Amino acid sequence: MNGVHDMGGMHGMGPIQKEKNELALHERWEWRVFALRRAMGAWGKWNIDVTRHEVELVPPADYLRMGYSERQFAAFLVLLAKRGFITPKELDAAKPAPGTPVAVPALTVEKANLLIAKGAPTSRDVPVAPRFQTGQRVRARNINPVGHTRLPRYARGKLGVVDRDHGVFVFPDTNAHYLGEKPQHVYSVRFAARELWGQQAAPQDSIYLDLWDDYLDPA
Amino acid sequence: MTTNRRDFLTAAVTAAGAALTPDVPHTHDHEHQAVPSDVALRVKALESLLVEKGLVDRAALDTLIDAYEHKIGPRNGARVIARAWADPAYKQRLLANADAAIAELGYGGMQGEHMVVVENTPQVHNMIVCTLCSCYPWPVLGLPPVWYKSAPYRSRSVIDPRGVLREFGLELPAGVEVRVWDSTAELRYLVLPERPAGTAQLSEEQLAALVTRDSMVGVAKVAPPQAGVSA
Repeated sequence: MNGVHDMGGMHGMGPIQKEKNELALHERWEWRVFALRRAMGAWGKWNIDVTRHEVELVPPADYLRMGYSERQFAAFLVLLAKRGFITPKELDAAKPAPGTPVAVPALTVEKANLLIAKGAPTSRDVPVAPRFQTGQRVRARNINPVGHTRLPRYARGKLGVVDRDHGVFVFPDTNAHYLGEKPQHVYSVRFAARELWGQQAAPQDSIYLDLWDDYLDPA
Repeated sequence: MTTNRRDFLTAAVTAAGAALTPDVPHTHDHEHQAVPSDVALRVKALESLLVEKGLVDRAALDTLIDAYEHKIGPRNGARVIARAWADPAYKQRLLANADAAIAELGYGGMQGEHMVVVENTPQVHNMIVCTLCSCYPWPVLGLPPVWYKSAPYRSRSVIDPRGVLREFGLELPAGVEVRVWDSTAELRYLVLPERPAGTAQLSEEQLAALVTRDSMVGVAKVAPPQAGVSA
């Protein structure tokens, strides 16, 4: 979707705000949100692309006003409700509805340690032929899906060169909508900075994007 | 989706947002708030609800937090970089197959399942961004700092990398080639910074102590050892 999350190349966001003694997360509640999202993810009722898209669906003015953790929390609440884990009433009361059976948590300490150590690879060991070769000229498709995509607006329609083939990965545009993994090759594609931004860019600079087969055409 | 459900979803988003003060630039040192904010209370309420429903285990939450708050951070990446500086064969393995080489030092896992290492040289400067969200190589750098997830960094790194680097205090010569890596897929990037001059005699451990998080994101260089520090 053409949302505010797709902000590569936008102007007006101001200078970089560095902090002294930077921390990744400042408040305790931010850490709880971080952990709750992983713990609920272990139920397998969504995937990483679903969670990313839910954040993109936060209304644009809210998205820009909120800090990172607030935005994640807002999207998380929506996702929990959409997947039937909580109801509005329960959230308001901070109490389970009467008679709700008590579940057994999906993420145990043991599984949390496994998740930390092993992660959740999104590469797929399936025989899918690559559509492109290293060194091949490609053009990023001019697509404007209303759903999830990882092809940023700033690269659409632009010419690049395949720098390397990373192998076969889950395709976010379908996976984010529970429409299947549609595994396909992902390539690092080099775009000259001037191809993306014109003469204001330095002639030797470049931007590399990781793009799926379905985002590219031969050029 | 029913009207009630849609109203709730809207309300959930609005309430989570309305509880917050506007996104004031974080230029000050943070102090712990004496009174919990509304959002802190809402998170606490949600956690209680999920625990009471048996959906989450508090001990598992604590395990996750402890790992990323205290154990997994840029010192991991610094050891990888120091090893690459000290051992040319390791460096070749790191650039050719980052996952395996990083695993040699015992690192890997969530949000670092598919790693790529890019090397800075006097001619080439690499920097990393995620314009679409906040992708970052957790096993070697920990969770990203606020500025990495912020709109200014995400919007400007791809269109004005040299201007962004200048704000970090790094002025690159005009002849240097800048390569910006936008983490649009599940590959996670780590910059192998240039080894600074005056470090020939340093041990791997001493080298690792020089390596900063910012240098591994590619928004800084590694500074030589300070005068007076044992070399």
